Formats: sequence, structure tokens, C-alpha cells
Amino acid sequence: MFTGGMGIHYGSHKIGATIVPVSAGNTKRQIDLMQDFGTTLIACTPSYALYLAEAAGEDGVDRKKIKLRAGCFGAEVWTEKMREEIESRFRILALNIYGLTEIIGPGVAHECDNKTGLHIFEDHFYPEIISPETLEPLPDGECGELVFTTLTREGMPMIRFRTRDVTALRREPCKCGRTLVRMDRITGRSDDMLKIRGVLIFPSQIERALLEVKGIEPQYQIIVTRPRHLDEMEVQVELSKKMFSDEVKHIEEFRKKIEAHIEKSVGIRVKVTLVEPKSLPRSEGKAKRVFDKRELK
Amino acid sequence: MKLKQISVFLENRKGRLWEALDALANAKINIRALSIADTSEFGILRLIVPDPDRAKKVLEKGNFTVKENNVVAVEVADKPGGLAEVLKVLSDADINVEYLYAFVEKSGEKAVVVLRTENTDAGIKALKTAGIAILLAEQVYAL
Repeated sequence: MFTGGMGIHYGSHKIGATIVPVSAGNTKRQIDLMQDFGTTLIACTPSYALYLAEAAGEDGVDRKKIKLRAGCFGAEVWTEKMREEIESRFRILALNIYGLTEIIGPGVAHECDNKTGLHIFEDHFYPEIISPETLEPLPDGECGELVFTTLTREGMPMIRFRTRDVTALRREPCKCGRTLVRMDRITGRSDDMLKIRGVLIFPSQIERALLEVKGIEPQYQIIVTRPRHLDEMEVQVELSKKMFSDEVKHIEEFRKKIEAHIEKSVGIRVKVTLVEPKSLPRSEGKAKRVFDKRELK
Repeated sequence: MKLKQISVFLENRKGRLWEALDALANAKINIRALSIADTSEFGILRLIVPDPDRAKKVLEKGNFTVKENNVVAVEVADKPGGLAEVLKVLSDADINVEYLYAFVEKSGEKAVVVLRTENTDAGIKALKTAGIAILLAEQVYAL
């Protein structure tokens, strides 16, 4: 699911770093490895970094035993507030990394320690900002959809690839001396795609999976939250009269069946909540089905 | 022998139980017995009322999800071991009890137990064979 790992792995190799490749999960082991190897840099999603910090705190890990100096965090939308939180919890420099599978994976843009936007590696990727409505290019400093043309990629070059990520470009010189154009942190999408724990999800995928389950009304709502720094997706589904039973176990089985089906077809674990028929708001136009309650702006 | 029970799906939302009972109150439907199964996500309100068909209509009009199904009501002595005796009969006959609820009748001598067994007919048969008094619907409504 993540192509990013390989890019970071070989990139770090190239600059002579020792790499400890551990994918997400098994948090206790992550913390042990960090202590044992004296890891100095971490690359993960910002929400996982916060989760790690919290887990280390709960385990009573001595901060002095963690030798981290900096971290590159990306693959999801995050905020300055989250940066402050990560920096103070780990006492590290937290920098924003940006990339996308269709272009190269991670390494398209990265912040310097001035933290004033991500330097785009223009010698390889030519960026433009367009209006998602008119598709016309927008001037520097204006927010719009980021578009890339690859300059050095062979085999599968991309011309004006629409990332659907929303940001702005800035060309004023950076204090660090680099003259590369900078992009602001990503603030959202120009489509309805969601990123849940780094996994790309379109609400239509959930809808399709739901419609494959017999006995539910085609009405649903998706609620995304971030309790304890990790994304959670709740799918509220209307229970049909036919599936209602006087026994709790039958309703629970049905609920779990929906959860399992979504996990199987979309690839992420969600929490399904059954609500009463006709209780979800109907709309005559485009129904608002997704409620993203993560504070990402 | 079978008694009709009304089950209502209750979303975990403030005031939803009151709304269901208010609908019944407005229709002047008295409740003989009730129980609520609660989970962290939802609840199921189970009711025994004298006119289950009308109660179902009233609740459905109020946008509730309602189901009618059969349960068994038995009379047990209101003394220690009264219910245990009934359960032993079912246990010996290898019959699972899905849920039950009980209330004491007004005279205070007998208690009434509403039982939902995995298989209602098998439950009735086992109870009858053991000589346990199964109440008729009219008897329950008249309590």
C-alpha cells in the first residue's frame, strides 16, 4: 500500500545512513528499536509520531534514551499545532515532506529547517498551480491545485499531472539560500478523497462496499475523527426493518458483517454504527455524507 | 400459549426512549411488562402490551423500527428457587434461553417470567411436559 517506504529506504542508503526499516504498528517494538539502535531520525506520518510519543510516555521511557534529532513527517495533512506538539514531545526538529506515488513517491518536496514551506526539487519536477474549476494556471501565492510535470523521469513521464492537493507556490528567496520554489503545507483536496492513517479512501468506495451488503438502506454517513492522534472512521448505516431483531446478538452479527465487508473491499478497518431508519438527513441535491472532524486547518 | 412481544430499535440518542413511550402514552396503551437490552451502540426495548398490533402501528407511525415476535410467559412461585426451577427444566431439555425478564403480579403471590428461547415451540413443549404453568396472552393482559 505504501510505495513511500522504498523511496525513503534507498534514498537514505545513498547518503550513507543506516536504516532500520520498521513499518507502522507494533509500537512497543518501535520504541525499543529506537532506543537500542540510537535512531537519530524518524520518517512516518505526523499522527503516528504523536501516537509513538504518547505510547513512550505511558511506558515510562526515559526521553534521554531516545536519541532522535529530527523527523520527516508527511503522507497526510497536518498543522503547525501538530508540529509544535511533536517537537516538544520528542525534543526534535519536525519537518514536512511531500511526495506522491504517481510522480516518484516521497522526495518531491521537503522543508529546510526554516520551516517556511517545502522546497520543490524543480530540477526534476515542474510545478504549477491551477484553478480546479477553470483549469487555468494561477499566479504565485494563490491557493489552488498543484500540478506536476516530470522533467527527468524516464519510462513513464507525467505531463501536468493533477495531484488534487491544494496549496500555493512561493518564489521569494528562502533564508537557507536555496532558490527552489516553495510550496505551502497542503491544506486539503480538490476532490472528496480522504486520507485515513495514510491510506487513500474515496467515500464512493465505502458506498460501493455498503451496497454489496444485503439488508441495509442505501443511506450512510462517514465521520472521521482523530482521537489519541490516530484517524478513526465511523460509518453510520441505517438498519433496515428486515434486519432488526429482538435479539442483540443478531444485530451485532450484522454490524460486524458490514465492518468485515468494508475492511475486505476497501482495506481499512472502520467502526460501523447502526442508526434508525430514516434518521440520517436526506438531501435533494448532493448529500453531505462525509464529516471530517479532524482539526487539520 | 405464545405471547406477542413488541421490540423497538433504539438508537443511542438522548430522549429516544422517552419518545417511544410518549407515543404509546398518547395512544393510551398501557404496558404490562418491559425490558431494555442495552449495548454501547443501541438499545432494544421489549414490551408486552394488551394490544400489540395497535402498539406496533402507533410506534411505526412515530418512525420507530418495530418487530413483533413470540415469547412465552410462565407463572412461578414468588419464593426463592421459583425461577431456578423453570430454568432447570429448560437446561435439562438442552434449550437455550436468549433472554428473559420478570415481574411480580399485583397480588404478590406469583411472579411472571417472560421467556424467549432459541426455539419457542421446543421451549413450550419442555415447559408443558414439566408441568409448568404457561400463561395465555389474555391472562397476562389481565394481570
